Amino acid sequence: MKRVLKAAALAVTGALALTACASADGGTGDDGGSAINIVGFAVPEAGNKAAAVEFNKTEAGKDVTISGSYGPSGDQSRKVADTKGKDVDYVVFSLEPDMTRLVDAGLVADDWNAGANKGIVSSSVAVIATEEGNSLGIEDWDDLTRDDVKIVTPDPASSGSAKWNILALYTYAKQNGASEEQADAFLEKVFKNVTTWAASGREATEAFKKGVGNVLLTYENEAILAKQNGEDLDYIVPDHTFLIENPGAVLEDATPAASDWLDFILSDEGQLAFVSKGFRPVTDVDISGVEVQGANDPADPFPTPSSLSTAESLGGWDAINAEWFGKDGVKLRFDNLYAQATKQ
Amino acid sequence: MTDTLVTPPGPAPTRGRPSGTAKSSGGLFRLTPTSGLGLGVALVWFSVLVLLPLAAVVGAAAEGGFGRFWDTLTDAQTFAALRLTVVEALLVTLVNAVVGTVVAWVLVRDQFPGKRVLDVVIDIPFALPTIVAGLVLLSLWGPESPVGVNIVNTRQGIFLALLFVTLPFVVRTVQPVLLELDADVEEAAASLGASRLTTFRRVILPSLVPAIAAGSSLGFARAISEFGSLVLISGNTPYETEVASLKILKFLEGDNQAGAAAVAVLLLIVAVLTIVVLDILSRRVARRG
Amino acid sequence: MADTRQIRSRRGPVAYVLRTFVIVYLAVLVIWPLYEVGKQTFAPTKSGAEGGFSAFLDRLSDPSVTYAFSLTGTVAFWAVLINTLFGVGISLLIVRYQFPGRRVLSVLVDLPMSVSPVVVGLALVLAYSTGKGWFGEALESVGFYVIGTTPGLVMATAFVSLPLVIREIVPVLEEIGTDAEMAASSLGANGWQTFRRITLPSIKWAVVYGVVLSMARSLGEFGAVKIVSPGAELRGETATLLIQNRYNNYEEPTAYAAAFVLVLASVLALVVVSLIRKEDHP
Repeated sequence: MKRVLKAAALAVTGALALTACASADGGTGDDGGSAINIVGFAVPEAGNKAAAVEFNKTEAGKDVTISGSYGPSGDQSRKVADTKGKDVDYVVFSLEPDMTRLVDAGLVADDWNAGANKGIVSSSVAVIATEEGNSLGIEDWDDLTRDDVKIVTPDPASSGSAKWNILALYTYAKQNGASEEQADAFLEKVFKNVTTWAASGREATEAFKKGVGNVLLTYENEAILAKQNGEDLDYIVPDHTFLIENPGAVLEDATPAASDWLDFILSDEGQLAFVSKGFRPVTDVDISGVEVQGANDPADPFPTPSSLSTAESLGGWDAINAEWFGKDGVKLRFDNLYAQATKQ
Repeated sequence: MTDTLVTPPGPAPTRGRPSGTAKSSGGLFRLTPTSGLGLGVALVWFSVLVLLPLAAVVGAAAEGGFGRFWDTLTDAQTFAALRLTVVEALLVTLVNAVVGTVVAWVLVRDQFPGKRVLDVVIDIPFALPTIVAGLVLLSLWGPESPVGVNIVNTRQGIFLALLFVTLPFVVRTVQPVLLELDADVEEAAASLGASRLTTFRRVILPSLVPAIAAGSSLGFARAISEFGSLVLISGNTPYETEVASLKILKFLEGDNQAGAAAVAVLLLIVAVLTIVVLDILSRRVARRG
Repeated sequence: MADTRQIRSRRGPVAYVLRTFVIVYLAVLVIWPLYEVGKQTFAPTKSGAEGGFSAFLDRLSDPSVTYAFSLTGTVAFWAVLINTLFGVGISLLIVRYQFPGRRVLSVLVDLPMSVSPVVVGLALVLAYSTGKGWFGEALESVGFYVIGTTPGLVMATAFVSLPLVIREIVPVLEEIGTDAEMAASSLGANGWQTFRRITLPSIKWAVVYGVVLSMARSLGEFGAVKIVSPGAELRGETATLLIQNRYNNYEEPTAYAAAFVLVLASVLALVVVSLIRKEDHP
């Protein structure tokens, strides 16, 4: 009995020692430096990590630990709201409404988008990725209606990236002179070819990697990152596409270092770190001479599409969501098309 | 041959005898102040950990009224996910009822080198973290499969994952019953001229049925609610490979809390039914034993 | 214990067919995939990934990986401790004492076994999250947070592994009956003495067995933890979450290395259990 007690006592002490270095809520580091806790959507992880390395080299960023939680945009935003932003310093989402939720909850300042960049910290464009060699000969959004195409895309129910892709398809149709009905018909036809609606942009890439489908709708930076990591895929930047703008903000109760971090991301060094991972810069930083591995042309990584729609050109996200994407089981334009297309 | 690992997941064979044989002689103790206090503490913790949160799920599902609840469950896509879950779970349970019994039979009645190892192998799917189980299956049947079979985002993949995680249930409930089965009865049957098939069908099988049923219902409950091993395997395609637990997550991620709660309540009902069935079955097993 | 010698001596072709079937079935379903995990761990097929044991150790010694394992260890430790105390207590109460609702309680404690881990996570969020939980506001006002913190992870883990200890102890308690305990108390032993001298020694192995099983289950909990945890590197990312995150993030070799450790841990738990069994029934 005594031995058992002794062993138990030892185990408790051991666990207490463990607790000291492993608690789930982070907070400030004990080595004198502070910690910045990021909550973000799935895709910018690589960019943030690259930027964090550079940030640690700066005066303001010395000794700052940066840790990030990444997942589907809507879900991440909900989690922050559910815990009232406890232990979260900086958030970056796929699209604006996820940020708006935190503004409404009083966790992010109203003027988060008042700066020169309107709160946007990274950008990219919607692209089509194919298996290496593009044996299907996909060139444009039109090709996605073909019978031999099997599409993998994130699901707008949980993923922000998905909404960008769908708006790219819609604006493409409109751009070619389609009426609203024709645009709907086009979308429905493409949806019929979707074989997987993944939970997040990253999970879509993951499914595609695992051999599901033969076309992936994704971000340009996500495709570049996949290629950087040795995945066998090609991507096409269509002539018409949609500008993806990801908002980032510091929470009201954040550690002061978080503001330094946001400033750093928008600085030339920060943007170059993002560029190296395939994001298009949001400032006018000079990227001539920068080689982006994994891009179709590393020396000229970001070809300018001949026509580019933006959320603003559709009236902003409030208008877009009110027209397209229902919440809490309410079915709007997208949801009906989706239901129609996936009906058996 | 007494060293079977016994029944990690199965219902304990002697369970459900509380007021029966063992204690009718001694009777049950009345609560003393100390044990009463203990009971109080235990109940408070159990409520805080299990009952209140589950009540909150039911509450969230009920918030929109029954109509809303019903609409969510009968939504074509949700309904398809529920149907797929139930169908796959039933198929897996069926396979397990047969194969699990065969495995238990071989482990008890047969004798061959390496049997002890197999006995441990049975429990691995139970002890393995579910996400690891998914990864384990992917390493053989995934995109880099050495045999060239890719089960990602197929119903076969879901079936295989469920088969893997539910492997021990029937085996572990049937095994002890088989061990305790009296050989005399079989001998008698054989000496009366019954063929071995007849002996099995008429003598052995009936005594195994409650155990098989108990193991199957445990396996069914597990299959219905399985999540971790499917995360990497199911592609989440509506109508094709979307199962209930992943649907809950999708609802939650899409900020449809009432939807998530509605599906969760349905799974809860299945869970409650299962433990009730198990309780009844284990009483029956105990009476036989 | 049945005498199976007779039956065994009449082993016919059917027995060989069944034996072969079982061996092949288990080999294909369990053993071969496990072998492939080992291969991926020490000889990754991912281009550019180094193979071998030292690369494996390198991957595990990354700070975020050691953090994940120590968090998992901490959470599992507390969950198992709580479940053991609760489990022994409630088992004694259910088997030995008479109180209203006893039957219902004995059935209810099995409930967590068959509740989906996702539902567990959802339930905890709906009850305790600061933003929308039933008790979130009240807990916040006393400065206690469940969702996104270590206590939350412990609760999620304790929930799913709750019945394991109870399921082991209850049958043993029923088996041994109350005679010895009655005798002890009639000889003037108080409740604690009776428990320590009479009851505990006889349920000792059942407790140990339950603890090992709960440990294995707690180390591997995924679904419930995924919903409750912030899931960030160095902040709530447990070993199982790390596996998913790394696998989805082009770091398959690290995912496999961590998975391999968990596979080893669960196999070890099983071996320990089978040794205990032997000691228990010599």
